Amino acid sequence: MTVDLSTSLRSSRDAGRKLLVPYITGGYPGWQDAIRACAANGADAVEIGIPFSDPVMDGPVIQRASQAALEGGTTPQSVLEEVPSLDVGIPLAVMTYYNLVHHDGPIRFANRLAEAGVTGAILPDLPLEESDDWAEAADAAGVATIMLAAPTAPDERLPRIVARARGFVYSVGLLGVTGERDSLAETATALAGRLKAVTDTPVLVGVGVSNAEQAAAAVKVADGVIQGASMVRRLMESGPDEVGRYVAEVRAAIDAV
Amino acid sequence: MTIAEQRNDSIMSEPDPSGRFGEFGGRFVPETLVPACQELEAGFKEAWADPQWREELHVALRDYAGRPSGLSECHRLGEKLGLRLLLKREDLNHTGSHKINNVLGQAFLAKRMGKTRLVAETGAGQHGVASATAAALLGMECKVYMGAVDVERQALNVFRMKLLGAEVEAVHSGSRTLKDAVNEAMRDWVATVGDTHYCLGSVMGPHPYPWMVRQFHRVIGDEAREQARALLGDDPDVVTACVGGGSNAIGIFSGFVDTRSRLVGVEPRGGAAVTRAVPGVVHGMRSYLMQDEYGQVEEAHSISAGLDYPGIGPEHSYLSSINRAEYPTVTDEEVVEAFQLLSRTEGIIPALEPAHALAWLVREAHTMQGQTVLLNLSGRGDKDVGQMMDVLKDRL
Repeated sequence: MTVDLSTSLRSSRDAGRKLLVPYITGGYPGWQDAIRACAANGADAVEIGIPFSDPVMDGPVIQRASQAALEGGTTPQSVLEEVPSLDVGIPLAVMTYYNLVHHDGPIRFANRLAEAGVTGAILPDLPLEESDDWAEAADAAGVATIMLAAPTAPDERLPRIVARARGFVYSVGLLGVTGERDSLAETATALAGRLKAVTDTPVLVGVGVSNAEQAAAAVKVADGVIQGASMVRRLMESGPDEVGRYVAEVRAAIDAV
Repeated sequence: MTIAEQRNDSIMSEPDPSGRFGEFGGRFVPETLVPACQELEAGFKEAWADPQWREELHVALRDYAGRPSGLSECHRLGEKLGLRLLLKREDLNHTGSHKINNVLGQAFLAKRMGKTRLVAETGAGQHGVASATAAALLGMECKVYMGAVDVERQALNVFRMKLLGAEVEAVHSGSRTLKDAVNEAMRDWVATVGDTHYCLGSVMGPHPYPWMVRQFHRVIGDEAREQARALLGDDPDVVTACVGGGSNAIGIFSGFVDTRSRLVGVEPRGGAAVTRAVPGVVHGMRSYLMQDEYGQVEEAHSISAGLDYPGIGPEHSYLSSINRAEYPTVTDEEVVEAFQLLSRTEGIIPALEPAHALAWLVREAHTMQGQTVLLNLSGRGDKDVGQMMDVLKDRL
């Protein structure tokens, strides 16, 4: 059963819940069970990575997972075909790079996502100025385009980004690519605060939110967090069960805020 | 300011406000980099319009890089091929290739914009060496990303970069060649954008790079047109250059795009982005891109590290789409033959990259009998001698 990302996240947020969205690389061995483990342990949505050959916004961990998935024969179609059978009862979004959309054509790709039950999409190499074709197609297909905002954005840019955002706004936590860091960058809460001041759409911090403690610090300002590298590293090192245990730990930490 | 720059009806005028040449180009970068690209665009426009800054750059190109580069007529090889062959001698520039034109431009610009650090990607190492050189000249920090495969086959250039004070990082992801070095340089820039300028080495990447890098290289075409007219009293029938990302080709084409000259960019058979003519989006731009049926970027394969790139600069895709330039391919074996031919008949050891253009000329010379051909000799072959020793050891 498809759960709509935008309505689900907004109603949870409005009910006072902090949002947790893990990222899992589609096609990496055990990815389906990892998503089920996320859902069973308190994730509000899951971001499924469709692996791309040249992931410029990703650090070493997600690069390795993407490369392993591609070498195992993963394709956008093979990931999307599996999505309906996940049946996890929480909304699912995809994260991928624009060439895979462009190659299919925005309308066809958006329709493929909708047919698979995916209700959100994150395209980190598609900035505001280039997003019209995709965003129109996604709106028409009922897929929320999750826009990214970065710490480098001047104030005048943020209202334009949030106006285009659907589902939630992805507040990039630091200057850099995905990966675990020792501490939460100061930019993380600063940008989340700037975004919260200009939008009612949920604001989630991602990139560089690396453990339960950092997640708890981020949600003091933001509506929630996205966690990628720390999830995927556990999937690669220990498997889906460890991902589930970790999601429960982060859940408890952000619920205690 | 040259005559061509004053024309607004040139085929190579400014891209549109979104950075497109026809339907190619644009700015497909992570949000973090959008303000940096906008600043760079504004900074470049301002500097380019500043006569004093242009004069500083001109002096550096003259007194440091050794411009203007010469134009050599190849009498022996021309006779052998049945045509008149002129070489634009970018191989004689300081650091051994055309790359210095762009790098001096970008480094001077970065300095003007208050940046203290350069990052660069490199394939054959020529752009890396040029970047390290400019950083040393201007007292900037420099980090060069280079695919692990290329680090091995271009060991001499790795040492040169280190000697010049740059840090060289071998990139082990993906195909471990130029495309992966670009990815890693972009990742670095995402994290360091405050004090760092990404000194991109070709007419590729997000707007304003394809346009800006072309402007820095158009000195090749502007000089060559004057030199050819002085020698021939006319424009050449054919202008040819090798194409990876396509910076040396766009440089020489820019001097002739509005003339009657036939423009020929030569790609390696294993990196034939234009031949396949499928557009894609990677490295910040929409352009022809080698990719599989799902849109995953394919690995290019070429004997020359500098052309080992699955894409091509967007303006080349545009020139191809309007049939103003053509982009044939040559095999590695044809390149090896051409490399030796120029060495033996003219006493010039070319880099493997421009040997591609020569290989095309040798193969197709029978269709150009009696014509005048201008070939951009974009770099010298010193860096390739070690690799060619292995290839040719039993043949010499």
